Amino acid sequence: MLRVVSAAAIGLVFGIGIVVSGMANPAKVLNVFDVFGTWDPSLLVVMGSALVVTFVGYRFVLQRPAPTFDRKFHLPTKHDLDVPLIAGSALFGIGWGIAGFCPGGAIPALGSGQPSPLIFVAAMIGGIFSANALKAVLARREALA
Amino acid sequence: METSFTPIQALLGGSLIGSAAVALMALHGRVAGMTGILTGVVLPKGDWDWRLAFLLGAIMAPILILVLTGTSLPLQAELPAWAIVLGGLLVGVGVTFGGGCTSGHGVCGIARLSARSVVATLTFMATTFVTVFVVRHVLGGF
Repeated sequence: MLRVVSAAAIGLVFGIGIVVSGMANPAKVLNVFDVFGTWDPSLLVVMGSALVVTFVGYRFVLQRPAPTFDRKFHLPTKHDLDVPLIAGSALFGIGWGIAGFCPGGAIPALGSGQPSPLIFVAAMIGGIFSANALKAVLARREALA
Repeated sequence: METSFTPIQALLGGSLIGSAAVALMALHGRVAGMTGILTGVVLPKGDWDWRLAFLLGAIMAPILILVLTGTSLPLQAELPAWAIVLGGLLVGVGVTFGGGCTSGHGVCGIARLSARSVVATLTFMATTFVTVFVVRHVLGGF
């Protein structure tokens, strides 16, 4: 119970951070990339400060033997710089540049009750389903080869 | 569309995002990547309860701010619906193959000094930059 409630509280803090910083607003997010137009560097400050806090916090947290509600830390295990990483990230950037929403911005924006984040998240979930189906097919083919 | 530089709000908001990332690792042992958390809810493999709780908490943020301060979320997305759908599909496919987004790679991954996350972040920042340039200054908007 406490485990689930604390996750909701952490999600709320994350969402407040996104909303306060303006990162749920596509126009503001895209303006960080528009150096030759209506440039607004706010996103750089958001990412920079989030990164500093996380970097320092992780140094302390990851020295503990285990997290409070789990037996171990679940850290990514992949290390290779492969084609899916780079091609996928490149595609993500194109989609982000078109719509102005990234996943972390769009989910809190759902709470605004406006239609655009809802349309975006529905399409994004469609993309997640398709890509996972494709990944499963590719993995099966690789296993057979 | 013009937006003004808001360093104080950016610093405050960024620090809250970072604090949430640290708390999720300290309490749950998980990376605060929205892609991974969302995928674990829509395609559940095992533990989805804390993930759904995290998403609901995040969605509550603009509602709580509206109730407490009376300010509704400024949301300027003057795009045709097809562009939002196209963007959403590309983001969904991209983050799945890329294994993360701005929160997972850009904040949590770089904080762990992960080479994959540094490469992913540089890649998507570069393609977003080019896309915004093409859309706004070559195509003249949608």
